[in-house]
Amino acid sequence: MYKEPAIPFRGTKEQEQELTAFIAAHKDEEGVLLPSLQKAQEIYGYLPIEVQTMIAKGLDKPLSEVYGVATFYSQFSLNPKGEHRISVCLGTACYVKGADKIMEGLEARLGIKCGECTPDGKFSLDSARCIGACGLAPVMLVDDDVYGRLTVDELDGILAKYRG
Amino acid sequence: MVTLKINGKSVTVPEDYTILQAAKEVNVEIPTLCYLKDINCIASCRICVVELKGRPGLVASCVYPVAEGMEVLTNSPAVRASRKMTIEMLLSNHNKKCLSCSRSTNCELQRLANDYNVDENRFGSEATRYDIDDVSPYLVRDNNKCILCRRCVAACSKVQGIGAIGAIARGYKTHIDGAFEKSADSTTCVGCGQCIVACPVGALREKTNVDYVWEALGNPDKHVIAFTAPSIKATLGECFDMPIGTNVEGEMVAAIRQLGFDKVFNMDVTADLTICEEANEFIGRVQNGGTLPMMTSCCPGWVKFVEHQYPEFIPNLSTCKSPQAMFGAVLKSYYAEKNNIDPKDIFVVSVIPCTAKKFEVTREQVNKTGDFQDVDVSLTTRELGNMIKNAGIKFAELDKEEFDNPFEIASGAGIIFGATGGVMEAALRTAAKKLDPNFEGVEFKEVRGTEGVKEAEYTINGTTVKVAVASGLANARKVLESVKSGEKEYHFIEVMACPGGCINGGGQPCQSDSVKNYVDLKTIRAKALYDADAATDLKRSHESPVMDMLYKEYFGEPGGEKSHHLLHTSYVERQKY
Repeated sequence: MYKEPAIPFRGTKEQEQELTAFIAAHKDEEGVLLPSLQKAQEIYGYLPIEVQTMIAKGLDKPLSEVYGVATFYSQFSLNPKGEHRISVCLGTACYVKGADKIMEGLEARLGIKCGECTPDGKFSLDSARCIGACGLAPVMLVDDDVYGRLTVDELDGILAKYRG
Repeated sequence: MVTLKINGKSVTVPEDYTILQAAKEVNVEIPTLCYLKDINCIASCRICVVELKGRPGLVASCVYPVAEGMEVLTNSPAVRASRKMTIEMLLSNHNKKCLSCSRSTNCELQRLANDYNVDENRFGSEATRYDIDDVSPYLVRDNNKCILCRRCVAACSKVQGIGAIGAIARGYKTHIDGAFEKSADSTTCVGCGQCIVACPVGALREKTNVDYVWEALGNPDKHVIAFTAPSIKATLGECFDMPIGTNVEGEMVAAIRQLGFDKVFNMDVTADLTICEEANEFIGRVQNGGTLPMMTSCCPGWVKFVEHQYPEFIPNLSTCKSPQAMFGAVLKSYYAEKNNIDPKDIFVVSVIPCTAKKFEVTREQVNKTGDFQDVDVSLTTRELGNMIKNAGIKFAELDKEEFDNPFEIASGAGIIFGATGGVMEAALRTAAKKLDPNFEGVEFKEVRGTEGVKEAEYTINGTTVKVAVASGLANARKVLESVKSGEKEYHFIEVMACPGGCINGGGQPCQSDSVKNYVDLKTIRAKALYDADAATDLKRSHESPVMDMLYKEYFGEPGGEKSHHLLHTSYVERQKY
């Protein structure tokens, strides 16, 4: 189910022009929807309803088709990304070591679900599939910082570092 | 032609046949679920699998082409085991609340489960759960029952060319819904209900208003009136297992009367009224340089389609209200005054083969008679069938009865309103006579038949009239695009949203794939209407004595001030995305 992002859409005229120009240039190519969504995510960082509507209009396709593709591929995000991006590894090793508890702990502390962004735009929370640090399981990334052998008790301290 | 063997029986069929089609030739019906003739052919459900001798694995017969010398087994142990497993897996994520389901006993999945003796809980697991969406005034979506066959999606995008719904997300989370999970009335959905009649299970149904009707029937202070659309007489019998295409007008009237309605009226009468107004409007536009081509406005799905997709054509839409809306206005003005009843005490129930009419009754542009809704409740054919069953009425055994005065007699033109081309023919009958009093023709056969787009040209008293008739909104889109590009020029265009017209409407009885894949529902149902037209001497709307009465006693003349206020309407532009 779609949940409207807590942060309102703040797209600029320039961003819209860039997307419109891309669509105009590729409109008649077969399979243009997927690259259009990729381009839009590159420009805006995510694909809110406003952006998907621009694509539907530009390509003269039903919005349901655009939304269907946007929700099919995990590379697309319908929510904006936070100033700090948290990524919890839910790969096999991390999962066995209790990564689900880490995820639940973060969701509770941030008041958002996996895939969402906090209303202040500070943190966004996602899951990752094995980042190749199984020896440190369970692992999470905050931006480029790696936190291994995590316990739920450490989460408050880690988040505080980025809040400041 | 190629010759192949199906279950050992030799059969020769055209080379573009699929195994499914060929099997029917030897009287073998291979079960289907996602396949629906002319609508959906994606080979995804795997119910129709068959075995080919000498080839490992099973193939989907709905798409697999026949070949010379092919040997097909449709009923081998491997085939039976595979189908059974497929059904059991579908049931593992299906809300099996069958007892109260709107499609119980008429559900394609239920029938297969029975035929294949499945264990419905073989893969009992934690199923995905969705909230039931009943926000719109006409559609209820229960995705807990959806089997993801995508027949509704194909009906919406291919048949209607709209794409208000689609498949969302992936894997276990896949579900069918509007973009951003918006309810039907917040999308470009026009309410035609073709998704409902395409659905093999109970995932989609109309939003039922039956309880309001029972409540009104139980209220002694209410004068409760029912009127039935032209095509109901041709389809209601299907709710009671009568042969498709049986005209049950007499039984229908008797049954509605038994339900306790104070009056049972014939909506074919206001179809005549629509024609009086619309033919007058058309002649006016032709003679006074009005916007052409004029486009019919009796189909609410089509009207909403124009409002969403082609607002530039809003001035082309006839300003005439639909027969349903006209009847509501007539009952709460003329009829109320004549019988000295406060219109607020009149409860009007329409029975229409249409879910979009449930939306139409709420449109503010049609409710101008007073401080109330002209038609209180619009029921589908299915809902009326349900009420009759609920009341324990033995429908097929009823003695035939007639509609009540004064809205009883209608012309053949009003009767054929329920089939594609019917409104055009009805309008032509009246317009031709008005343009040329010596014009005797009453049959305009070029606009009959169930093809998606029909064209014809008539010269009446020196005036040439080019007409087009489309049914199915994807076909309507083709016609509009050809007008827009200047490729085609017409004076008059009739559109019905549902393929074949109202006789195949989204509110009609749901027939399963085993019927629809082999029987041309549209033609058989339409025949009942054309037969009724042939049986009446009164062919033209404006020659009906009821029209004479309405105009003499109340409306004055077509297009007059009172007509303008009560029988005409306006339209609004709506979001396209």
